Amino acid sequence: MEVADINKPLTFRNRIHPWLFALWISFASIIMMFGALMSAYIVKSAAGNWLEFGLPSQFYISTGLILSSSVCIHLAYKSFVGKRESSFKAFLFAALALGISFIVFQYLGYQNMFAAGVDLKANVSGSFVYLITGLHVLHVMGGITAITVALINAFLLPFITTEKRKIRLKLVCHYWHFVDILWIYLFCFLLFYK
Amino acid sequence: MGHVTIDPNDKLAVMIEETGYDDHFHEHHHGDKYQSGFIGHYIFSMDHKIIARQFLITGIFWAIIGAGMSIIFRLQLGFPESDMAWLKPLLGKWITVNDGVGALSPEFYYALVTMHGTILVFFVLTAGLSGTFSNLLIPLQVGARDMASPFLNMLSYWFFFLAGVVMFYSLFISTGPFSGGWTGYPPLSALPQASTGSGTGMTLWLVSLTLFVVSVLLGGINYITTVLNLRTKGMSMWKLPLPIWAFFVTAVLGLLSFPVLASGFFMLIFDRGLGTSFFLSEIFINGQALDRVGGSPILYQHLFWFLGHPEVYIIILPAMGIVSEVLSVHARKPIFGYTAMVLSILAIGFLSFIVWAHHMFMSGVNPFLSNFFVIFTLIIAVPSAVKVFNWITTLYGGNIRFNSAMLFAIGFVSMFISGGLTGIFLGNSAIDIQMHDTYFVVAHFHIVMGIAAFFGMFSGVYHWFPKMFGRFMNEKLGRIHFWGTLVGAYAIFWPMHYLGMAGVPRRYYSFDTFDAFKHFGPMNEFITISAIIVFGLQLLFVINFFYSIFRGKKMTERNPYGANTLEWTTPIEAGHGNWPGKIPAVHRWAYDYGKDGKEFIPQYVPLAEGEVAGDAH
Ligand code: HEM
Ligand SMILES: [Cu+2]
Repeated sequence: MEVADINKPLTFRNRIHPWLFALWISFASIIMMFGALMSAYIVKSAAGNWLEFGLPSQFYISTGLILSSSVCIHLAYKSFVGKRESSFKAFLFAALALGISFIVFQYLGYQNMFAAGVDLKANVSGSFVYLITGLHVLHVMGGITAITVALINAFLLPFITTEKRKIRLKLVCHYWHFVDILWIYLFCFLLFYK
Repeated sequence: MGHVTIDPNDKLAVMIEETGYDDHFHEHHHGDKYQSGFIGHYIFSMDHKIIARQFLITGIFWAIIGAGMSIIFRLQLGFPESDMAWLKPLLGKWITVNDGVGALSPEFYYALVTMHGTILVFFVLTAGLSGTFSNLLIPLQVGARDMASPFLNMLSYWFFFLAGVVMFYSLFISTGPFSGGWTGYPPLSALPQASTGSGTGMTLWLVSLTLFVVSVLLGGINYITTVLNLRTKGMSMWKLPLPIWAFFVTAVLGLLSFPVLASGFFMLIFDRGLGTSFFLSEIFINGQALDRVGGSPILYQHLFWFLGHPEVYIIILPAMGIVSEVLSVHARKPIFGYTAMVLSILAIGFLSFIVWAHHMFMSGVNPFLSNFFVIFTLIIAVPSAVKVFNWITTLYGGNIRFNSAMLFAIGFVSMFISGGLTGIFLGNSAIDIQMHDTYFVVAHFHIVMGIAAFFGMFSGVYHWFPKMFGRFMNEKLGRIHFWGTLVGAYAIFWPMHYLGMAGVPRRYYSFDTFDAFKHFGPMNEFITISAIIVFGLQLLFVINFFYSIFRGKKMTERNPYGANTLEWTTPIEAGHGNWPGKIPAVHRWAYDYGKDGKEFIPQYVPLAEGEVAGDAH
């Protein structure tokens, strides 16, 4: 189905594209969702029967991975705008690969937690960590899907930097930075909130 | 497709062509062929006007089901001894027949109450009300071609539709739909073995409402973006008609509160399926202690009501916006205190996030904490009172047209006052200790939210029906509908205040064993009979609605009410993109009625030389 160019920015009003604006608004929703879980975490931890445990070392590695993935996608965007085709493709691919390895390391981290006796059911504190990080992984998967589509387009479509393609790539970019920052925030929260 | 021919005798079209804003919309290749097939046009439509109708008609479908359920459980409450065997063909095994006398099974009674609440609150008064009118009016009144993302807008409807399919299916499974109350409190919602409806019924309830949350979010993102980004030239925020302000704040509330409900749902899903104990502690089932400890059921209540209270304003704000517009148009007077109206919408929206625990005074929250919630709850009465005052003042001295739309708008104000006053009783935790979970609460929220929001919706449907279908609804039937419903609704809910003050608890299947409540039998019969009559009157509305779509009086001029807002400037059968040529530009607020000796001056008319703008901004 063809999407009409109905939201071609009205020149007198839009400094940012409505799609980008809509994406930012959706971040507010996602923040509320995690905010709710974190508030529940705080309230519950204060109520007692709360197991303290350290986060698995894999989570530190995955933090590095998602950070560098974010840098890659930024460089991919820069390359696209600067019309450097091969570096655009390379950075986009790197972002994808790093994103996937983030999920792999999250999974390894879960295994580590499990082996240490912190399984899903053992104590609510563990359940929270699985739920919060798991929900974050779901959001990362959404981003990975978007990057995959961008990558397929990068290889199938002729390399032309139209406004429309720029804005689409920008959407992917912003979302990916968002899940990155979200992870760093969640990680610090789980690490330091006692 | 590039050229639009304008009829030179059509003064309005010529004016828009001269003063409007050219966004080069019609120079694009799609033009009139856009979604012209039946499936594209009516089913998977991306046109906001069609999507609005889809929301409305789906909402009507659910309203009939939800209200029908209430009639069945009212029969049980009003006539507990009567023979219900005649319902067996409809309800099957949920009617048990003993010695030829059929009785409604208690499990199904609870399922009906639960489904009634869920359906009316979410499917009818959220999707059916804000879905319909936000879709119809936001692009038309702000002067946009469509929503910011027509595609997400279409998805929003279809997620709602899917949510409905899942919920509908849950009505027919052998263990019945969820039966633990529309609020879904654990442990009934968290343990599949807790009651008949807690198993598959609850699973489907969760799936359905999760889909519903997605629908609300997709819709809300679109509404907010459209209002902020796609307003036509000259349409500053302070020139927006009040319905748009209301829909905008409604969308913000939904966007910020529904995700919190979703988080609560995820935790419930974990508790149900994966053995965690977020909400469970020290539970006995059939005399057996479960090994699920460490959680807290109160935690769920916090998450639920953090959505739940804003949700009641998600329901009432659109109705308030609609009513503000209808009152002003049909009183032929500017809305009184436009700025105060906007500020009170914003204040209500803000406050609605910090009062949620007034639903939990009796759940064991710290009484010290309760004090804060009492204070904020009572403060909400201030912006609410401002609105009521302004509506009444708008009416005062107006040249009022008492048509169906106007009657329902006035009825809304009456209902909102009656129900709001009892809210102030309940907001005081000391009084709520007595009133909580009694029929007093039922009376409160049905009047202030249920009936009032329905009145707002009816007002909007009667008013904008010509905009949606090019025809008018039948006025005579509309007035019968109004007067009958007004009297009937008070007949149903007024007596419930007395039941509640006497301590009659809500959600009870029968009161046979309580001597204290025996003498309320006749009152309950009266309520049930009133409910049946009111239900019949709503069917009259439905008949009027569908009949008028095909046979109603035709709309012959674009602006039949002499209204100022932009939706009345499109052709009667507006196509894709709403305006055939340019978009009208806006020069004034929407409420120039009776100004400078003119009956009304639409928003697209430039200020005359030396004219002072009617609004403050
Ligand atoms: C002055 C304004 C209001 C105040 C002070 C107020 C206060 C309250 C309080 C304290 C309760 C809890 C009663 C209990 O369960 O013991 C309550 C219940 C409720 N209120 Fe209000 N209210 C107000 C306006 C509204 C409005 C405008 C709506 C909806 C549009 C609304 C909808 C509800 C609903 C749905 C419930 C019951 C939910 C349930 O338990 O199932 N209220 N109100
Ligand atoms: Cu409330």
